[in-house]
Amino acid sequence: MEFGPHLMLAILEGAVGASVLALTALGLSLVFGVMRVVNVAHGEFFMLGAVVAWFVANSIAGHPAIGFLAALAIAPLIAGAVAMLVDRLILKNVAYDPEATIVGTIGVLYILQQSALMIYGPEARPVEPPFSHRIALPWVEWGENGLAFFYPWGLSITSYKLFVIVAAIAILLAFWLVMSRTRLGLIMRATQMDRETALAFGIPVQRVYSIVFGFGAALAALAAVLIVPIQQAHYLMGHDPLLLSFIVVIIGGLGSVRGTIVAALLIGMSDGIISVFLSPTLSKIIATLLVALVLVFRPQGLFGKKMA
Amino acid sequence: MTLKLDGISTGYGQVQVLYDLSFEARPGEVLCLLGRNGAGKTTTLKAIMGLLPLQSGTISLDGQTISTLPAHEVPRQGIAYVPQGRRLFKELTVAENIDVGLMTRGKSAATRERILTMFPRLRERLTQQAETLSGGEQQMLATARALCLDPSVLLLDEPTEGLQPSMIALITDTVRTMRDEGKAVILVEQRIEAVLSLADRVAFIENGHGREVVETQTLRDDPSLLQKYVGI
Ligand SMILES: Nc1ncnc2c1ncn2[C@@H]1O[C@H](COP(=O)(O)OP(=O)(O)OP(=O)(O)O)[C@@H](O)[C@H]1O
Ligand SMILES: [Mg+2]
Repeated sequence: MEFGPHLMLAILEGAVGASVLALTALGLSLVFGVMRVVNVAHGEFFMLGAVVAWFVANSIAGHPAIGFLAALAIAPLIAGAVAMLVDRLILKNVAYDPEATIVGTIGVLYILQQSALMIYGPEARPVEPPFSHRIALPWVEWGENGLAFFYPWGLSITSYKLFVIVAAIAILLAFWLVMSRTRLGLIMRATQMDRETALAFGIPVQRVYSIVFGFGAALAALAAVLIVPIQQAHYLMGHDPLLLSFIVVIIGGLGSVRGTIVAALLIGMSDGIISVFLSPTLSKIIATLLVALVLVFRPQGLFGKKMA
Repeated sequence: MTLKLDGISTGYGQVQVLYDLSFEARPGEVLCLLGRNGAGKTTTLKAIMGLLPLQSGTISLDGQTISTLPAHEVPRQGIAYVPQGRRLFKELTVAENIDVGLMTRGKSAATRERILTMFPRLRERLTQQAETLSGGEQQMLATARALCLDPSVLLLDEPTEGLQPSMIALITDTVRTMRDEGKAVILVEQRIEAVLSLADRVAFIENGHGREVVETQTLRDDPSLLQKYVGI
């Protein structure tokens, strides 16, 4: 394949990764922004979403789309419920102390991982995509008759991958609408800005925290359901999303929604492109280097506010 | 409604700040809390709002204990708070800050209209971010946000700090209006002239201990207490 078509393919693959990463990192960013909690178990909620999706898809007979749709609804709910339980049983009991919550969520990470190993097992299992058509992509070339379209061999994407991109954009839009246009969003933003004053205006901060923690986990689970038809569910699959989400959240600015999405696009796309042309390891090295640079030169992140 | 503090002690973590403090604020009167910097005035207001756990004592509203309620239930009883330094939700717009106030007790658009009529400057700036308002406008917003509760008890912590005279007049007029509407007002104020002209009674706090509670007239006649507790 020539360079142009190859690059287009890499960009599309990168966009799929970036979409899923944006959703996952947004969950981490939301939890940190509102609760000031660094959720080390975030990747395990991603894994939980994927594993639950496998169970749901395999217990529903009929067309794979039915199982997939069911998983899309059930997996985030279960991950959200588990997260709310974690909030009530662990985070609340350490009074959201920054260090204690890190230790606590490390514990949750292992509990979830080992539970998945015991119940789901060590195998990697695929979930059948609801649909998957190969779509050949056109490329343009300057020929004898001027500009001409043609379909280079190997330049194609599945309809499901396009769906992942569209679905992620739709979910991000819905998230933005909830945050900016609803009462719940207003309450979450007010709590984020000033917890004590929020209490003085009748906002039940404890309940908001539970909802936010559940919401963050649900976003990770949703991202995982979207990706399992491409990647397979495995009990150790939470590591990479956690690492990449941290990278994204640090580069974008902790707690900044806009920064998180921009950084997810940047990291997701470059990860896709560099992995295709050079090597996946190099892309991780570059991302880590970027984090180091951001931490040195702009510790609050690209879009973050300086912390008081 | 009458707000009564009965022998409360509280502080931050291990540090005790208030010792066995008692006083009451009655409907239709302005009670001023007076004391030196660090005496515990802000701490007292935070304790009333349920933001600090009490080590002992009770706070009640018309005989109903409110100090055992979770903090977010306290404002829902009709106690509104204008914190020191305003504490606006800075990145929210003026309209959103007001919405948070309205949500506290589920007040309607009618309340919103009434409040915006009191502060026309805010109506012109509904879509502006709170942190971009001038200091005076920010104080208006903090006051408006509290009045959105349609409260029966109003707590104001140094509302005129750093404001120019015309703005101070607006705030003190608002306080008088609230008193005339029969609300119980607790005001923390450092400027003695303002205290003497606004307050019905004055409660002194010294190093976290409650001292004399006197009619304002008493202070006008004999300022020695002022000399004793605030050094003027
Ligand atoms: N968050 C806190 N943690 C620990 N100590 C605190 C805290 N806030 C206040 N204090 C201490 O409590 C005491 C009373 O403070 P408070 O803010 O109530 O004083 P104040 O009377 O309002 O003073 P000012 O007139 O300066 O506003 C002070 O000694 C202060 O250092
Ligand atoms: Mg004070």
